[in-house]
Amino acid sequence: MLTTLFFAVITFVAIVSAILVITCKNPINSALSLILTFFCLATYYVMLDAPFVATVQVMVYAGAIMVLIVFTIMLLNIRVDATKKHSHKIVLGSIIGFFTLINAVFLLLKSRASLPTGPYNAEMINKIGHTELIGREMFTTFLLPFEITSILLLVAIVGAVIIAKKKL
Amino acid sequence: MENLNSYLIVSAILFSIGTIGVLTRKNAIVMFMCIELMLNAVNLTFVALSRHLGNMDGQVFVFFIMTVAAAEAAVGLALMIAFFNNKESIDVEDVNLMKW
Repeated sequence: MLTTLFFAVITFVAIVSAILVITCKNPINSALSLILTFFCLATYYVMLDAPFVATVQVMVYAGAIMVLIVFTIMLLNIRVDATKKHSHKIVLGSIIGFFTLINAVFLLLKSRASLPTGPYNAEMINKIGHTELIGREMFTTFLLPFEITSILLLVAIVGAVIIAKKKL
Repeated sequence: MENLNSYLIVSAILFSIGTIGVLTRKNAIVMFMCIELMLNAVNLTFVALSRHLGNMDGQVFVFFIMTVAAAEAAVGLALMIAFFNNKESIDVEDVNLMKW
């Protein structure tokens, strides 16, 4: 009962802050609302017995990526544009978003996915530790994707430096 | 643990809010943040299904998605800075150099 109430409160905060992300005029306010949404998602991960994912969510998303975005907003010094209204665009976007919602709910709830089940349950996660279980999977089954990820990060670093340079 | 379907519905709602944001806003950085919101909605689906099935693969995928999001943040924000240096604006309406 208490868990359900907690879930409802977190859901309310997550959805309201997500709506604030797309309605705020000032990009800084949007960024702060997005950080609040990320914290709500981290709470969901804790409720789903995934504490390590929640930690990484707070550190990487709410920490690193959002600091980068806020830093860029402040560096560019964008003025708040309170000029043009685009009502037809908002109506069209809302209609498409509504259909996306219906489609996503239908797909998620009605599809019978034949996914592989595994041996992990809450007792095992509490006993061994979530970090160790994820580490075992990541460094045995997913070793090759993990190595390819490092190449992706290298390309991103080089690309960011090259693109942001004044003169090529 | 709550019911699986409630997590999936929350994820679908967050994903559609992100879609509406990408389609309606003109500020490139806000569109970028909406894309991050959509990626996070997908992450929530991965973790919920992973917990439901008792399989860790979904949570490993969440890490790969976070890596892609970090790379996207670095390159995307560099692109925005380069565009701002040229046009003094990051409105997507001003990205019309190749428009016929």
